Amino acid sequence: MELAFALAIGALTASGVYLLLRARTFPVVIGLTLLSYGVNLFLFSSGRLATGGQPIIGSTSQYSDPLPQALVLTAIVIGFAMTAFVVVLALRNLADNEDDHVDGYQSEPKSRKKTEDAEVSGK
Amino acid sequence: MNHWLTAPILIPLLGGILQVFMGYAPISLRRTLAMTTTVLMLVSAIVLLVLADDGSYRAYAFGNWQPPFGIVLVLDRLAALMLVLTATLALFCHIYSIGGADEGNRQFHALFLFQLLGLNIAFLTGDLFNLFVAFEVLLIASYGLLMHGTGTARTVPGLHYVVLNLAGSSVFLISVGMIYSVTGTLNMADLALQVPKVSGENLLIVKAAGMMLLVVFGLKAAILPLCFWLPKAYANATAPVAALFAVMTKVGIYAILRVYTLIFGDQAGELAGLGMDWLFPLALITLAMGVIGALGSESLKTLVAWQVIISVGTLLAAMSLGSEAGTSAALFYLLNTTWVVGGLFLVADLISRQRGTARDRIVTAPRMHNRTFLSTLFLIGAVAAAGLPPLGGFFAKLLILQAATPGIQMAWLWSVVLGGGFFTLIAYSRAGSIVFWRTVDGHVQDPGKLSGTVSVSAGALVALSVVIVILAGPITRYADATAAQLHNSDAYIEILKTPMVGEEN
Repeated sequence: MELAFALAIGALTASGVYLLLRARTFPVVIGLTLLSYGVNLFLFSSGRLATGGQPIIGSTSQYSDPLPQALVLTAIVIGFAMTAFVVVLALRNLADNEDDHVDGYQSEPKSRKKTEDAEVSGK
Repeated sequence: MNHWLTAPILIPLLGGILQVFMGYAPISLRRTLAMTTTVLMLVSAIVLLVLADDGSYRAYAFGNWQPPFGIVLVLDRLAALMLVLTATLALFCHIYSIGGADEGNRQFHALFLFQLLGLNIAFLTGDLFNLFVAFEVLLIASYGLLMHGTGTARTVPGLHYVVLNLAGSSVFLISVGMIYSVTGTLNMADLALQVPKVSGENLLIVKAAGMMLLVVFGLKAAILPLCFWLPKAYANATAPVAALFAVMTKVGIYAILRVYTLIFGDQAGELAGLGMDWLFPLALITLAMGVIGALGSESLKTLVAWQVIISVGTLLAAMSLGSEAGTSAALFYLLNTTWVVGGLFLVADLISRQRGTARDRIVTAPRMHNRTFLSTLFLIGAVAAAGLPPLGGFFAKLLILQAATPGIQMAWLWSVVLGGGFFTLIAYSRAGSIVFWRTVDGHVQDPGKLSGTVSVSAGALVALSVVIVILAGPITRYADATAAQLHNSDAYIEILKTPMVGEEN
């Protein structure tokens, strides 16, 4: 079980980091999501993996630690809210710059100039 | 158990919730309520400062759970100092924002108060996972505040800021998980007891976790390899938001100071002083980098944003000396630099409003309106920030220089801090002389009179550096006592024995 668990965390984290380093906002958002899945699984395992254990000392010979589940729950809720925000921000980036590059423009600075003009006239 | 510890958290929380439901109320009512909340928060912070000045630790256990099993709030001198620092800065930024910057977004005051809520939780918490939650609360409010305002200039820096901090949060969670898996606790006092007992292969896990925590706090504090997001994000933020963000990097510094004196402090056995040998050179390079950025900046706001990085470098260099004198000097510098940098962001915004299309760019432009008042504020701010006598920055830098022990460390610290100060001065005088003195013929459309609220708040924040000089005696005494308290962590562990309600006698 440990090996499968570790491989899952490793695969999620590796793909998350790879996607995070991409130049478009959509892969970056997916990468952040995968990374947070990997982190949540990792946090879950910090209380050691046990099957059939109860979280009450003395009830069975083997007991499990309930605290990491509380930590993971908090991390999931926070991660969900943050992902929602970064999706909206990525959409705004696309709308403002007419490009989903993470720097707002590609090597061609044409769209960038257009943005600046729009900003000056907007003020 | 002292229930007053929850006041700096509950006041902005309740005030912020009120604002959420009042989005369509008249703006004058919203402003009055928001200002009342911030003033009350400052009062509660000052009350806690007076309480903490007796040198004892006060703990508040949520739900009456005996620590380390529940979450605790801990008040000591450092926490109280950070609360007052933040509340004072926030009050003046808030006054500035009601001069017009809060229009255009119905939830500005709510976000502002939630930002303060997150900051106060971070300063008061005695639990590592709760510190993570506090970081997320203050970050999500800061994402909203950073995007506040018109135009598209904030989108890309905002996106970079959000993505970087989300990645940072993941690293924080990984290190928290690693520490929990070895020690079985996340309460900071209990960690201070458990970490010295760690041995064998577990030692490497805790060591790796400790270094990863340093990376996370370094990202918040903007240490060199992790600081490139800062100048663009801060320079494009709305002025009162940028001024409030002067304290955001200090949260990272607070966290480094707390965790690396308490958990990885002198008593931590094999892990004592973890990461400090990395921090000292990185801090000096950060300082040098900040100075180069300041010299090359094109606008006043970018210049001030680089000043934030210079402050971070100076603060961390003083802290990583690891001595009581160094920590005390860093705390004195922290007060001065946070308020002055906040004030300079506001002054830069005032200047930018008076110069028509030249805005705050460092270029020649027609003579601006209200030149005498604004140039005086800029002069005071620049002198205080660059560390010239007779203002607060000079005394702070003097204390930092005195804290170094003679040797190779002293040579590096003195040369970088003094050389950095000299070039910072050049950057400020170049900017000031071009903006204020080298005018061209022409006419700037009259932007109208400077309103009372904005000029008073910007002036007051910059003038605090004069107040620091006048009160230098009491502040130094308090900073010394705080450093002594930080470097003697045995007393902090005593909060584990705090009697709970119902077992006090």
